Amino acid sequence: MKEQRPVNLDLTTIKFPITAIVSILHRISGVILFLFIPLMLWGLQQVLGSGDDFAVLQRCFAGPVSRFILWGILSALIYHIVAGIRHLLMDFGLGEGKVSGRLGARIALGVAIVLIVLLGIALW
Amino acid sequence: MVSNVTSYSGNGLRDWLAQRLSAVVMVAYVVLLAVYFAMHPVAEQTSWQQLFGHVWMKIITVIVLLNLVVHAWIGIWTIFTDYIKPMWLRVCLELAVILVLAGYLVWGIDILWSV
Ligand code: HEM
Repeated sequence: MKEQRPVNLDLTTIKFPITAIVSILHRISGVILFLFIPLMLWGLQQVLGSGDDFAVLQRCFAGPVSRFILWGILSALIYHIVAGIRHLLMDFGLGEGKVSGRLGARIALGVAIVLIVLLGIALW
Repeated sequence: MVSNVTSYSGNGLRDWLAQRLSAVVMVAYVVLLAVYFAMHPVAEQTSWQQLFGHVWMKIITVIVLLNLVVHAWIGIWTIFTDYIKPMWLRVCLELAVILVLAGYLVWGIDILWSV
């Protein structure tokens, strides 16, 4: 295999199929969740602490920026779970084909977006 | 079968299984919380204190935390293995993640048992 073949490793010119996008978002959401574990634990600590601790938490989530962060974390969780369930179904052999894989990716993305929007409505 | 000393179980298939089992455990926990808070107001502190006041809830939560730590470790391990090529750097980062996750576990247990 010495022949010169064209190679394209330029990520900005590669068109990503929807299955690749759903997959990389799952990885990114996993990293986000990992990074925010301390914040989740802190939230649990405040919510189970004294009345003052709870008041601190409530004041935190009253601000628009922190509410946006909360929405972001929960969105990552929702996305990770929805895409994760799709992943588990594929482990059982469901939606692994080229066509069904794309359909599954579309469904997962659609369900996640709907849930994330609903969460946003509930938070604001 | 491929063995690797820094993986969770030293065995790819067992890691794979552990990550999936832990995923199912966590989904079940999320469903449990969702059902509970469909019946109790989320924004009331007493709802939380009542729920986490039960010993069974503490035990379940610790089990879920254990699953989370295992799941996160396997996930991060996979990502490090994919992107971080120098061996010394990867092992250092992996060590840091293990320490941090162990700390989270201790912290979580401390939170639960101080209620
Ligand atoms: C805070 C909790 C969680 C954290 C920190 C987390 C983190 C991660 C990370 C970092 C990965 C690796 C991603 C990759 O290799 O591309 C991963 C994979 C995975 N996660 Fe999670 N996760 C969490 C909760 C969940 C839940 C609740 C589910 C339930 C469906 C889930 C399902 C999965 C599955 C099925 C995989 C395997 C993906 C693969 O093999 O490529 N995770 N998780």
